[in-house]
Amino acid sequence: MGIIIKNGIIVNSDDIADSTSDILLEHGKIIRISRRMKTTGHDVIDVAGKLVLPGLIDCHVHLRQPGREDKETIETGAMAAAKGGFTTIMCMPNTTPVLDNEMIIEAVKKEAARVGVVNVLPVGSITKGMKGEQLTDMYELRAAGCVALSDDGRCVFNSQLMYLAMQYAKPLGLLLVEHCQDEFLSNNAVMNEGFYSTLLGLKGDPAVAETVIVARDIELARYLDVKIHFQHISLNRSVELISRAKQDGVKVTAEACPHHFTLTDKDVSSFDTNTKVYPPLRTDEDVDAIKKGLQNGVIDCIASDHAPHTVEEKEKGFAEAPFGMIGLETSLGLVMTELVDKGIISLTQMVDKMSTSPARIFGLETKGVVKEGYDADITIIDPEAEWEVKAEEFMSKSKNSPFIGRRLKGKVDMTICKGKVVYRDYI
Amino acid sequence: MMRSLYGKEINKWIKNDLLDLQDLDRSEIELILETATAFKEISTRDIKKVPALRGKTVVLLFFEPSTRTRTSFELAAKRLSADTINIAPSSSSLSKGESILDTARNIEAMNVDIIVVRHQCAGVPDILARYLSASVINAGDGMRAHPTQALLDVFTIRERLGKIEGVNIAIIGDILHSRVARSNIHALTKLGANVTACGPATLVPVGIERLGVDVCYDVDKVIRENDVLMILRIQKERQKSYFLPSLREYAKVFGINKQRLRQAKEDVLIMHPGPTNRGLELSADVADGEYSVILEQVTNGVAIRMAVLYLLSGSHTK
Repeated sequence: MGIIIKNGIIVNSDDIADSTSDILLEHGKIIRISRRMKTTGHDVIDVAGKLVLPGLIDCHVHLRQPGREDKETIETGAMAAAKGGFTTIMCMPNTTPVLDNEMIIEAVKKEAARVGVVNVLPVGSITKGMKGEQLTDMYELRAAGCVALSDDGRCVFNSQLMYLAMQYAKPLGLLLVEHCQDEFLSNNAVMNEGFYSTLLGLKGDPAVAETVIVARDIELARYLDVKIHFQHISLNRSVELISRAKQDGVKVTAEACPHHFTLTDKDVSSFDTNTKVYPPLRTDEDVDAIKKGLQNGVIDCIASDHAPHTVEEKEKGFAEAPFGMIGLETSLGLVMTELVDKGIISLTQMVDKMSTSPARIFGLETKGVVKEGYDADITIIDPEAEWEVKAEEFMSKSKNSPFIGRRLKGKVDMTICKGKVVYRDYI
Repeated sequence: MMRSLYGKEINKWIKNDLLDLQDLDRSEIELILETATAFKEISTRDIKKVPALRGKTVVLLFFEPSTRTRTSFELAAKRLSADTINIAPSSSSLSKGESILDTARNIEAMNVDIIVVRHQCAGVPDILARYLSASVINAGDGMRAHPTQALLDVFTIRERLGKIEGVNIAIIGDILHSRVARSNIHALTKLGANVTACGPATLVPVGIERLGVDVCYDVDKVIRENDVLMILRIQKERQKSYFLPSLREYAKVFGINKQRLRQAKEDVLIMHPGPTNRGLELSADVADGEYSVILEQVTNGVAIRMAVLYLLSGSHTK
């Protein structure tokens, strides 16, 4: 006995259905798609014309477990993901301890399995303890189930080590994911270097702190002929570098976060610590470049960089507060409101950025498409629903979002993972 | 309408807090300066007290240590007959990053009227002002603002030169890390002065021209062309954090000494917010010399702070 989703309009990255369809989900797979399906023997959910998307995939999430369960756990993060319409999330390794060995990866997978709800895929670290000194046992991490490796939170600063990491990972087909930041250039900066950092008397992070690492890794990837994926691209110049690299045939992919196409450094003027993030909020010019990059495909996917922090930690002076904002539950709304509704990308492009491309980049071959034979991971959205972001409605344990109070258009109506409804929006 | 001490009717001050001079318009700055003129006289009397703030409680919440500014505020409050309390939350690593709001809410629960706050993080006074109903005065937050310092600087210049409009003022030193520079730039440009920022290129911040100042890296040129030289303190840590190759070179190239001043205008004013590093950004004989108004700045500081406390205590917006 399975589930039939009735009367939905299927949106894939290459097509929007011109009429409603019915979809049969059973045993965790999409079994059949057709019109006017017979419903005997199955549960029926009538979505009354809402959009049916392949389950959204967020390839950049911090779940804080093990080590900082006060901020978020695998369980609360999974619940937040489901509410945000995500059926698959990739959790970053900068936990305590770091996800740099088989045992800890197994522990995370086990907890994720116990929680159920959504698919949680662990990303292992590139260096042991994320210290940037020694490579991790990549074969072991691959065997343990890591879809990719990253030292996210830091870049692999030693160029030779990054060279070796890329070389070593190549035959494994294991994707390396880089957080592009030259910490020396950043020099403890807390916001973008520019007019606003000067005005506000806050230490500014120069654009080159990101671009020098983007450029470096493009050169390494070009030289070694390997894949590289850049996290949270925030700058016009980074987009230019990636565009050029792609034209040259370098195997670069890139992601951008909703805050980098919605907010700018001017928004830091309120000293709201929820605007403190790395990479920092940049300028209008950079926001435009990110949007164009998404439009023309230079930026492949959208990720939230969901980074929970407790109220106590964020309730400090701007310079002392930790970096990061939550994002799982506002991602879709921001993409719909700031990009789709404003005609910057189409619905099909949105599906590409939020599901199909992440699946492709990270090798999730049975995800990212609403088609017979693919996994029964489905996100149903109401593109017309208007709503206000409210702190008390977050499923995440943490509430550090600069979007609280913002009105958005486009909401998750239901999330189905492995053929089970894991979130339903009750009005 | 509020009455000034001379019985004249003056414009009413309506803001509840003083956080950043960027938020004030010209008339509000003028009001503070005018009020300070009246209060300056009180400090010359035998009995240096007026009952203007009698029964009011002023808390000096200094997270960053300070002797001069804190003493100046305390004297200002006491000369207005206010009750003052000093709170210096320990800057040990244990309480580092303690919840500022928590501390402030506790203080406010004791029904205080004005909180004067200094903190190493920019924006902290704004957070306090947002959540507390007491008036908040920024006594220096990180590198961002030090409103009363700039106000006393402007007061000093005007007292000496008779005006601000059209006066050529150079700010020399580590502009990047200076809240004094930022606040002065706001005040001086709003009052029509011509401001030039001068210092080593690593210490002049990106985009400073957008605040309405010129930039010049040639100290000698700047000395020749300006009526007022506002000299900033060089923190010795700047060499350790690579901004300056050496303090020695800074002193040689940018240090203001008697020799250098020979090319200055006849009645140039030398200013410094204090404390001075004699021998580094300026020589002892310049600091103590005929052009220096450094001590007048200190005197005027008390008057300005009296004015600010007085004006803020009269507001009714909360």
